[in-house]
Amino acid sequence: MRAETLSGGFDDAPVDAAHAFRAAMSVMACPGRIEQIAGATPPPPLSVAAGTLILTLCDPETPLHLAKGHDTPEIRDWITFHTGAPFVARSKAMFALGDWAALLPLADYPIGTPEYPDRSTTLIVEVEALSARGATLRGPGIEDTATLSLPEVAALQANAAQFPLGLDFFFTAGAQIAALPRTTTLEAS
Amino acid sequence: MNAYNFAYLDEQTKRMIRRAILKGLAIPGYQVPFASREMPMPYGWGTGGVQVTAATLTPDDTFKVIDQGADDTTNAVSIRKFFERTAGVATTEDTGKATIIQTRHRIPETPLTEGQILVYQVPIPEPLRFLEPSEVETRKMHSLEEYGLMHVKLYEDISKHGAIATSYAYPVKVEDRYVMDPSPIPKFDNPKLSNCPAIQLFGAGREQRIYALPPYTRVVSLDFEDHPFDPSKADHCCDLCGSGESYLDEVIVDDDGGRMFVCSDTDYCRARRAAGHMGAQGVPYEEGAA
Amino acid sequence: MYVAVKGGERAIDNAHAWLAEERRGDPTVPELSIAQIREQLALAVNRVMAEGSLYDPDLAALAIKQSRGDMIEAIFLIRAYRTTLPRLGHSEPVNTDAMTCDRRISATFKDAPGGQVLGPTFDYTHRLLDFKLAADGETPEPPVAEPRDEETPHISGFLGREGLIQDEIQSDETPRDLTREPLELPASRALRLQALSRGDEGFILGMAYSTQRGYGRNHPFVGELRIGTVAVEMDIPELGFAIEIGEMTLTECETVNQFTGSKTEPPQFTRGYGLVFGQSERKAISMALVDRALRWKELGEDDAGVPAQDEEFVLYHSDNIQATGFLEHIKLPHYVDFQSELELIRRLRKEAAAGRQAQEAAE
Repeated sequence: MRAETLSGGFDDAPVDAAHAFRAAMSVMACPGRIEQIAGATPPPPLSVAAGTLILTLCDPETPLHLAKGHDTPEIRDWITFHTGAPFVARSKAMFALGDWAALLPLADYPIGTPEYPDRSTTLIVEVEALSARGATLRGPGIEDTATLSLPEVAALQANAAQFPLGLDFFFTAGAQIAALPRTTTLEAS
Repeated sequence: MNAYNFAYLDEQTKRMIRRAILKGLAIPGYQVPFASREMPMPYGWGTGGVQVTAATLTPDDTFKVIDQGADDTTNAVSIRKFFERTAGVATTEDTGKATIIQTRHRIPETPLTEGQILVYQVPIPEPLRFLEPSEVETRKMHSLEEYGLMHVKLYEDISKHGAIATSYAYPVKVEDRYVMDPSPIPKFDNPKLSNCPAIQLFGAGREQRIYALPPYTRVVSLDFEDHPFDPSKADHCCDLCGSGESYLDEVIVDDDGGRMFVCSDTDYCRARRAAGHMGAQGVPYEEGAA
Repeated sequence: MYVAVKGGERAIDNAHAWLAEERRGDPTVPELSIAQIREQLALAVNRVMAEGSLYDPDLAALAIKQSRGDMIEAIFLIRAYRTTLPRLGHSEPVNTDAMTCDRRISATFKDAPGGQVLGPTFDYTHRLLDFKLAADGETPEPPVAEPRDEETPHISGFLGREGLIQDEIQSDETPRDLTREPLELPASRALRLQALSRGDEGFILGMAYSTQRGYGRNHPFVGELRIGTVAVEMDIPELGFAIEIGEMTLTECETVNQFTGSKTEPPQFTRGYGLVFGQSERKAISMALVDRALRWKELGEDDAGVPAQDEEFVLYHSDNIQATGFLEHIKLPHYVDFQSELELIRRLRKEAAAGRQAQEAAE
């Protein structure tokens, strides 16, 4: 087993995870907001933010899909050692991790059922950078409008149109995190 | 209490609750099932709220607990003490200073702000439960957006009593989709649910449900054009601080059944009195006195 | 001058101090030890283990002591403790065929291999208060027999060989865990059995009794009731095989129930199943009856609309920790809700009175 596999976890799991969750909750509750999230040192190309999010939310009860580019032995070993999350195909994923292009098409992931709309995949999308320049966001969590850099608008608009079903997204870049729940309606900039 | 983890719950349980909270925020008003744990306090006494709080707290938080609007009711004291011991967080009675407020049956009078989190304890999360006892059926009704039964019930009230006879736990519709139980807050508090800058989280431990309202979510109390929603309260002012805006508790003060009305929100009342406001039976405020 | 009620914290501390004093009782009477409770109130300990879902007689005895003998309170203590324990692994399914039986009876066959073993039962005691016990609890040496070495076969196996009793569906699927996942309906039989096994003894008894009195009658015979110890084994991945990590006492009941058959199935017996920690036979028999009643859909029986057939009703109301918490929470302050009701009633009465006056004035 590689030494890097064993390292890079939380120093103080209960407290690190608590801070990370608050950041994750804050961005999911307020689409467009960008927060800092840290604590994990995952193997590349996994970002600090995505690694921290995985340690905060994943465990043996959360089937995880690794998209091409993130499905490396180093990342697999690291996630297995620190979380025990089982790796699965897209159709069984509670979480999915990768670059936007590698994660597509969105139709492959469960969007929940009318009686259990929560049983849908949460995608952790690694992006180059996050900024408040981009599409205009409206919906719960946003007082009037917000703006956020997004990898694509059309596919996310189609996702929002399925509400109350649909996917939910975290976007991660370095130590930054933002989110887009299915309730947010989008307008291209 | 070193034998227990930070904020009592083990990390796996917290992760499970955190995942439910995130889905709750993504589907406002929808009840997310979660595997509620047995807590060291009884079901029905705030175990849902306590689990949501435990999964949400960080050591940097300032925590406030109210029951019936008051910080010093016995169950509020007990829950506050629990988190002082297991999470070592700072506590406050000051609504403005709190970052997380756990509540039973009230929304504070002082408007909440961005960055605050209000955690509600919920006994029966299903707004349709008293119309349809079966969980299988009510889940179906939510999925089909089939809320006619609720309107029929409210309308029957009007035809029988001339008014909607629901005065607390008054049902609301969230973002024009899910009908939601706001927990047994008086309907006076309902307008504060909507467009609120704080995150609102609802935990029902025994019934194993978590639901949520992100900030600035549209929440509408159900009503009819000819019978609009009326968030009424007792037609009095607080006898201690003189507020005519706050929700009031009625207190029986003597053997002849004499009454007085006082703010149910003790922090709000204290702050007003400290600022020099005085009600009909009030006395000048003294720091440390009741 | 009115002073708002304060001092919740002091009131709680004082209540706890008083409770501790009452728990101890008269200090001139010797204090109960955990070992005394474990050994001499073993059936209470068993119930706490069963409904607390934690097999630990010493902790159950401690819970009984701490709760002053309030069984539901003791079960609650055990449940709350259990929740915080890390999950190190899962045992293999226990094999009750290999049970070392203290008691084993069948109401369906006069005799069978393994015999009828009454064991330590109250069944044929005359319920006369034994005043000797008040003075002196020592007992004479009981007679001792050689233990059986061979396994005691299940009675249902004899019916199964002839195809007279329905085979249970075999599955290697890991059943869902009621304590780790929210209850979802319809529930599998495995999940129902989990709920019944930790359900309140009184509730399950009442449900079972109602089926006997006609609310979902299903004609049960106690095919077999056995109480004894079984080995608990756990698979150790590093070793590649399972090792015995301990043993536990269980009560198992299989009922044999009438079944008239259907168009596709020839007539066959069916069974209800009960399995409970410790010597808990009232509970195990009750569980088997309720299990059988809940199987109506799978067996193509009519929905008689009775409580014991309603899985949602049974599963949502069998847990005494949920029930007692919610029941007792109505002791908590409800000033705010009551106040809103009070105002509503006053207003409706005022409006009604005004309406009456207006009507009288008009007449």
